[in-house]
Amino acid sequence: MIMKQFFSTRNLLTRKNLVLFLLALTLLSLPLIASINDDSYLLIMVSRMLIFALAALSLDLVIGYGGMVSFGHAAYLGVGAYTVGILSAHVMEGSSIGFLPGNLPGTESGLISLPLAMLLAGLVALVFGALSLRTRGIHFIMITLAFAQMLYYLFISLYRYGGEDGLSMNGRNLLPGLDLYNDTHFYWLCLGCLTGYGLLVYKFLGARFGQVIRGCKQNPEKMQALGFATYRYQLVAFVISGMGAGLAGALLANHSEFVSPDLMSWHLSGELMVMVILGGLGTLIGPILGAISYLLMEEVLAGYTEHWQIILGPLLILVVLFSRKGILGALVGKAADDG
Amino acid sequence: MVDFTPPPLLHIRYLNKQFGALKVTRDVEIRVEQGEIHAIIGPNGAGKTTLINQISGELAADSGSILFDNRELCGLRVHQRARLGVGRTYQTSSLFDQMTTQQNVMLALQNQQGHSFRFWRKAATDPSLIHPALGILERVGLLDQQNDYAANLAHGQRRQLEIAMSLATKPKLLLLDEPMAGMGQEESWKMVAALRKLGSEVSILFVEHDMETVFSLADRISVLVYGRVIASGDADTIRNDPNVRDAYLGGIEDA
Repeated sequence: MIMKQFFSTRNLLTRKNLVLFLLALTLLSLPLIASINDDSYLLIMVSRMLIFALAALSLDLVIGYGGMVSFGHAAYLGVGAYTVGILSAHVMEGSSIGFLPGNLPGTESGLISLPLAMLLAGLVALVFGALSLRTRGIHFIMITLAFAQMLYYLFISLYRYGGEDGLSMNGRNLLPGLDLYNDTHFYWLCLGCLTGYGLLVYKFLGARFGQVIRGCKQNPEKMQALGFATYRYQLVAFVISGMGAGLAGALLANHSEFVSPDLMSWHLSGELMVMVILGGLGTLIGPILGAISYLLMEEVLAGYTEHWQIILGPLLILVVLFSRKGILGALVGKAADDG
Repeated sequence: MVDFTPPPLLHIRYLNKQFGALKVTRDVEIRVEQGEIHAIIGPNGAGKTTLINQISGELAADSGSILFDNRELCGLRVHQRARLGVGRTYQTSSLFDQMTTQQNVMLALQNQQGHSFRFWRKAATDPSLIHPALGILERVGLLDQQNDYAANLAHGQRRQLEIAMSLATKPKLLLLDEPMAGMGQEESWKMVAALRKLGSEVSILFVEHDMETVFSLADRISVLVYGRVIASGDADTIRNDPNVRDAYLGGIEDA
């Protein structure tokens, strides 16, 4: 009986795997398609989708699996973006980072700025999460939103780094072996970050840590009665999620060579949430599909009308009404259930 | 003179709890010895569940002391008390409904094996979780349901699963809040037999309405009325206690 179960879970020919396979195939072959059609805009556009997919996936970890509805995830994305932006701006000015002791210069090295962006976003998530996780439900949603807005207004008033107007960067980061100005290289970097982070989260969720996170979502009181210090596990998940959003922010800064407080606004937090729900909560693949389809809709519909969200709104309602697990749920049915 | 009697596993003294003007726990004193099956009975609203919640830590007592295994529980959090060996079940079974029976027990087992900040090895195929989980499921008679989702289990099976999960945490004391609630006659007696077997391995403190089960199962009984313990002793003592007859047993016979 155990053997039978073992083999059935090992069965690779599921609809979910098919969706994943087709998605991977499309994304992997895209540079080739772009070079045949000599269409560099395609790669630039999809790179942006992949970056948002990374942010949405990180958000899915806390909302879909952890049951922590964070309405301030743009904050961590913004911290990641500003880390890259500020470091780069100092290179442009040739100045040292004034608010830090010692005469630290800025840097354009991605080997420094990308990990630093994740680290700082993780630290901010640690502080915000530690305070927010003392509350539950609607209060948690509100307090995460409040923290993010706090950061948003902080950066609006931070004239040293552009304030409301945002901050232009010296250029994209430098990475050994990659030229980020090359659209294909940049595309591979984004796809690599998304895949890497996605696989890590997938692995974490399958391990004991992931079981605890799921348990904390389904029945937190019971988890405590079983002896789990739920707060610590949820906080660690929150930080891992914040780091993913920070990485997405760092990539986004490189993508547009410009950062602004809008990256931290609640609009973006909301958009990320829409992507997760549209694609499928608690599925990991769903948020990727969600981000791609959301931005694709924006791209296509915006060509017809600037009020494209009028079409998006009813569409989102339909998806939520008819598929509990979003687009992925509509594609693969019950197999989408994972959170 | 030296006292050689071992200290009680659980010693509650002068415990008080008040909701507004309503005193739900008044100077409660209860001793549960090692290996004892101890029942708490009392009419509706006597504060039985409130008392259980104060032992498990879901409610903080206003004053008094709960000594467990020579450690003071008051001031500790739910998960800390659970780690010291206080296991519990709820009046309505509290499970992880979107997990299978086996996964429920495996999750409960995780905490027994140290912290769960383990990020790599797949938990679902970990033999150090599967084997003990199957052992426990066999003990409570749920082996055939191992792959059923908890949400799809019958009422009695859910209760059994909840006890299985408590057992997985290797408790020294099991707090059971109305373990027979909502069960039919036959299911109840099965549960009584299961609990009696369990009682040889772990001390049990349980709350129950049904007199028959209480008298057949408990080594000692405490009677709680309006938050106060009015009598404590073995089945015969309780049966013959005039206060208890007045306050509780008589009421049932009249009804």
